[in-house]
Amino acid sequence: MTPPTSADRLRRLLALVPYVVSRKAAGLADTAAAFGLTERELVDDLNLLWCVELRDPDPYCPIDLSYEGGEIVVSQAESIGRPLRLAVDEASALLVALRMLADVPGLEDRSALSRLIAKLETAAGEAAGPSTQVAVQVDRPAGDTAQLRDALERGRRVHLRYYVPGRDEATERDVDPMRLLVVEGRTYLEGWCRRADGVRLFRLDRVLGIELLDVAAAVPEDAQPVDVDQGLFRPSAADVHVTLEISPAGRWVAEYYPCESAEELADGWLRVRLRTPDVSWVRRLALRLGEDGRVIAPEELRARVRDDATAALAAYASG
Amino acid sequence: MYPDREGEPMSRRKTERLLSLVVCLLSTRRYLTAEQIRQAVAGYPEHSEAFKRMFERDKEELRELGIPLETGPLTPAGHEDIGYRVQRQAYELPELRLEADEAAVLGLAARVWRSAELAEAAAGALLKLRAAGIDTEPGADPARAIEPRLATTEPAFGPLWQAVRDRRPVTFSYRAAGRSEPQARELEPWGVVNRHGRWYVAGRDRGRDAVRVFRLGRIEGDVRFCGPPGSVTVPAGTDVREVVRTWDSAPPRENTAVLRVRPGAGYGLRRYGTAAPAGDWPGWDTITVPYSETGWFADHVASFGAGVVVAEPPDLRDAVIRRLKGVLA
Repeated sequence: MTPPTSADRLRRLLALVPYVVSRKAAGLADTAAAFGLTERELVDDLNLLWCVELRDPDPYCPIDLSYEGGEIVVSQAESIGRPLRLAVDEASALLVALRMLADVPGLEDRSALSRLIAKLETAAGEAAGPSTQVAVQVDRPAGDTAQLRDALERGRRVHLRYYVPGRDEATERDVDPMRLLVVEGRTYLEGWCRRADGVRLFRLDRVLGIELLDVAAAVPEDAQPVDVDQGLFRPSAADVHVTLEISPAGRWVAEYYPCESAEELADGWLRVRLRTPDVSWVRRLALRLGEDGRVIAPEELRARVRDDATAALAAYASG
Repeated sequence: MYPDREGEPMSRRKTERLLSLVVCLLSTRRYLTAEQIRQAVAGYPEHSEAFKRMFERDKEELRELGIPLETGPLTPAGHEDIGYRVQRQAYELPELRLEADEAAVLGLAARVWRSAELAEAAAGALLKLRAAGIDTEPGADPARAIEPRLATTEPAFGPLWQAVRDRRPVTFSYRAAGRSEPQARELEPWGVVNRHGRWYVAGRDRGRDAVRVFRLGRIEGDVRFCGPPGSVTVPAGTDVREVVRTWDSAPPRENTAVLRVRPGAGYGLRRYGTAAPAGDWPGWDTITVPYSETGWFADHVASFGAGVVVAEPPDLRDAVIRRLKGVLA
């Protein structure tokens, strides 16, 4: 992390005064927490504010404050008693996120969302303009999410029919819902899967059917929610390492799947390495790619893909 | 988080000077000359050249913070002809009151960009809103059951957002799908759109004089500005979301395939298909599936291997066989 500059600190000081003013008084500890500072750092900020002196032409102190007994009171804030307006980037970050939330299935409080968007647009004024040039589209699940919302709100177990494309299987399982995640434009149900006995993510557009069970959800105390900031793919020591070579027409593979490395080869070909707990989807991918892809390693996978293609061609030969 | 200030007296003095400058400029109704500012604000050098340089840098810093520094004529005109001030109305965030449910949604929105390009901007916005008296403590968050995130892993996002925001044209090197060599493109960007988790930029491609959409992940190397701010005009009524949607959406499924599917296989096709009367293939199910483009659909069918065989039409059947033979080539 780069150390804060004078500008960063000025930004904070200009927020600190109105923070206290708008609350009449504020505790040192609470304020330090709100600004991500230690109390000592906060006191240093307060001292700096108190020291400001203007000569007009006689010297005077525009800001008067005290923090006796652990409570900050600003008795004179002169002209910086209100926060600075939102900058374009700041207004955009919030408005783009809020408009995205308006698209998310399962967010029940749509009224609060539209009221907040309207208030922020008004408060930001002109700075809100460019935010309309950034848009996020969240995929809508095939079915309706009312049952899922219901299950989450009431803490009920659900029965899912769920499609696993890697194995081309429709699976049946009971799940205790935990949260909805919206990551990379897709909505997932995070839940305790009673078949796998672990936390699993279910992409809502792959849910074939959902049934609300008359059983209370029982998520184990030690169930670890997915850390969405670390990405959804969690490598494990048991993963198989796969090396593929793909033609220019097959380069989408490198965009679509999380690759550990990509190396440019001649004629626009690319060599990618990836890891996966289950190679069945790679077999299907290799068939799809045809001459636009080659499995390089592991050798066993390469052989199985050839067997898959041979078996499929045999089915055509007999029909 | 920040280093001990005692070790950085310069930095502290500069913060004090900038803060005094802001208060000074906000407290005046009339424009102040640079000389008047030097008199009022402590910390400026006596020497006029050194003062000028420092004052220039300070003005720039204030503008970068978003402080609306105004310049205007002096009355009566003296030997300096322009002055400075900040109008409170332009500086201050307007009065804003949020209900508890609105504040909860705000907390959720601020987390969306966590660890992405606009994370710092979101945090800055939240800081100002808290400073306006709004409480967004995570404890009061009824929407805890949902956790939305937006990632900007594409390095081109930052510069393209700036270009869109400031209405500047850009150049970049782009590798289109299926091409082995990247090409130089010059674009008037109208907006950036995230679709299926990927970022796109839409705008007028100057080289082709037409509307084009580019995937940020296919931009290679740096995005460079190639014109001043304000030099791009977005045509009135443009909906960038719609531009990207139209470009990216699948063509209508006007063709129909007849497929033989082994029992227990082909769920990915059965989902979109209709069961048809079984033909002369005992032990197989027959389904019809609509599709748009033969090439893409042949790839998809090939991925089911021996589980699915195309009965009709012949061109689709041939395309799948070609794909499978390609694996063995």
